[in-house]
Amino acid sequence: MTDSPTGVIHDIGYRKYDGPRLGRGQVARALYAHSLRGAYGLGRSARAKVLPMLLLGVMCIPAFVIAVIANVASGVTTELVLPYSRYAVVTQGILTIFVAAQAPASLSRDLRFKTVPLYFSRPLERSDYVLAKYAGLATALFLLLTAPLLIMYVGALLAELPAGRETGDLLLALVGAVVFAVVFAGIALVVASLTARRGLGVAAIITIFALSFPAVSVMQGVIRYEVENPDLAGYLGLLSPISLVDGFQTWVLDASSSAVAQPPGATGGVVFVLVTFAVIGACWALLNLRYRKASVS
Amino acid sequence: MPVIQTEELTKRFPATTALDRLSIEVEPGVVGLVGANGAGKSTLIKILLGLSPATSGRASVFGLDVTKEGPRIRERVGYMPEHDCLPADVSATEFVVHMARMSGLPANAARERTADTLRHVGLYEERYRPIGGYSTGMKQRVKLAQALVHDPEIVMLDEPTNGLDPVGRDEMLLLIRRIWAEFGITVLVTSHLLGELERISDHVVVIDAGTLLRSSSTSEFTRTSQFLVVEVSAEADAVAATLTSAGLTVKRDGAQLVLSLDDDEIYDAVRDAVAAHGVGLIRLEQRRHHIAEIFGEDQAGAAR
Repeated sequence: MTDSPTGVIHDIGYRKYDGPRLGRGQVARALYAHSLRGAYGLGRSARAKVLPMLLLGVMCIPAFVIAVIANVASGVTTELVLPYSRYAVVTQGILTIFVAAQAPASLSRDLRFKTVPLYFSRPLERSDYVLAKYAGLATALFLLLTAPLLIMYVGALLAELPAGRETGDLLLALVGAVVFAVVFAGIALVVASLTARRGLGVAAIITIFALSFPAVSVMQGVIRYEVENPDLAGYLGLLSPISLVDGFQTWVLDASSSAVAQPPGATGGVVFVLVTFAVIGACWALLNLRYRKASVS
Repeated sequence: MPVIQTEELTKRFPATTALDRLSIEVEPGVVGLVGANGAGKSTLIKILLGLSPATSGRASVFGLDVTKEGPRIRERVGYMPEHDCLPADVSATEFVVHMARMSGLPANAARERTADTLRHVGLYEERYRPIGGYSTGMKQRVKLAQALVHDPEIVMLDEPTNGLDPVGRDEMLLLIRRIWAEFGITVLVTSHLLGELERISDHVVVIDAGTLLRSSSTSEFTRTSQFLVVEVSAEADAVAATLTSAGLTVKRDGAQLVLSLDDDEIYDAVRDAVAAHGVGLIRLEQRRHHIAEIFGEDQAGAAR
C-alpha cells in the first residue's frame, strides 16, 4: 500500500469472514433469546424496560404479602391464603397488560418496519421465525408467573408448612403456568400478527382478555344460580381463555378453581382439555399461515 | 461457471405476467439489472432467493436449484430490499448485529463484522443513534450493511439509489463498485436508470415486461451508446465545422454538439477545437441514456 502520513487512521481494507456459520437451529435459538430478552426490554431502550419490569414487580407484591401472612399467622393457619394454582387467575390483569404490550412489540414491530423480509431472505425458515417468537413470549409469560409462585413457596417453607404438600402444589401450579403462558402468548401473537399498528394490537388483545373473563363470569353466574343449569354454566367457561385454562387445570391438575362454574364432570373435563389443546394448535397454525402469506417485498 | 442462471423462467400473477420465459446468465462481477418499474426486477430477485415460487422454468444460484435449496442459497446471499426495512427505534449497530446473528454468525463475530461493515459503508459515530433519525442516504447504507455483514458471495441490491440526491447516488454507486472490486463479492444491482448502472457494471441485463431485451457486457454496450455532449459559449457552428474536418461525426442538438464517443482522443480534439476558436467551454459531459432509447433501439432486435 502507499505510505500514509502519521496520525491517519489506517484503512485495513475488507476482511473476509471465514469463521463458523451456525445452522438454522442455532439461528432460531438466537432469535428465541432475542425475543425473550426483548419481552423484558433487555437489549432495547430504557423506555422499553419500564413497563415489563414494573409489571414483574407488581406481579410479585401479592405473592410477597401472602408469604409474609403465612409467616406471621403460622400459628393460626396451616395453608397459604391463596393456593398457587389460583395465582394466575387472580393476577390476570397484570398478565393481560404484559402480553398485550409485548406481543405487538414482538410481531407488529417487524411488520410495521417491514423487517420481516430480511429474516426470510436468510437461512431461517418461516416456521422457525414463528416458533422462536412464540416460544420467546410464552417463556417470558411463564417466568412472569413463576417468580411470584417461587416467592410464595419460599414463604411457605419458612413458615414451616408441610414441605411435601407445598412442593407438590407448586409443581402442579407450574404445569398450569405453562398452559396459561402458551395459551395467552398464542392468542396474543395471532392478534398481533394481524396488524402492523402496535396500538391497535394492544387494544385488541386487552379487549379479548379483559372483557371475555368478566363477561363469561357474569353469564356463568346468571345461568348457574338464576337458571339453575350448572352444566351449561360450566361449558360457558370455554369462551374465555382464562376460564378455559382454569378449567383445564382444575380437572387435569386437581387445582383449585377460580371460575364461577367448573367443567361439569369427566366429560366436561375432557372437553376443556381438548379445547385447550385445540386453541394452542389453532394459534400455531394461524401464525404459520399468516407468515406463509406474509409479503416479502 | 455462472453465478446465476435462469432458463425459461416464468412468473404469472393472477392479473399480470411478471416474468415471461426469461433466460439469463450472470458471471461474477457487477451485474446491472435494468428495467422500468414493474419490469419484473424485484420478482426475479425474490425467485432467486427462493422466497417466491416460479410458475415454470428453472433458476439456479451457485448451481443450486432455487426451489429445492433455498436455505443453502440464502446462507451465501445478501439481500437489500427496495423498500424501507429498518426499525426506527434501535441503533444501526444493534440492528446490524442482530441481522448478522440471524445470518448464522456467532455473537462475537457478529459484533466484529458489524463494526467493520458499518465502517466500510461509511457510517461512523451516528451508528450508535436510533435509525429513526437517519437521512435517506444513511438508511440506505444501513440496508446495504445488513446485506454485507455476513460476508456473502453475492449481494442482490434492489434499487439501492432510490430516493438519493445526485451526490448520494454517486457515493452509493462508488460503494457498489467497491463491493466487487475490493471485497470480491458479486453484485446483482437493479435500477430503472440505465445510465447509472452503465458506469459501474461489468454486465448489463435489460428486461422489459418480464422479457429479456438485452444482455451484454458493458464495454460492448457503451461502444454503441456513448455520446459526448459539448456546449460552447459562442461560435458553435465554427467549432462544429472544425470538429467535422478533424474527422468526427457531429450532430447538432439545439446549442449543443453531440459527438459519438468512440475513444478518449475525442476529448483532445474538442479541446483543440475550442482553443483554436478561443471560445468558452460550458459543457463537456457523457450523455446518459434514457432507458427508452435502448428500448426503441432494441425492440426490432429483440424478436430474434
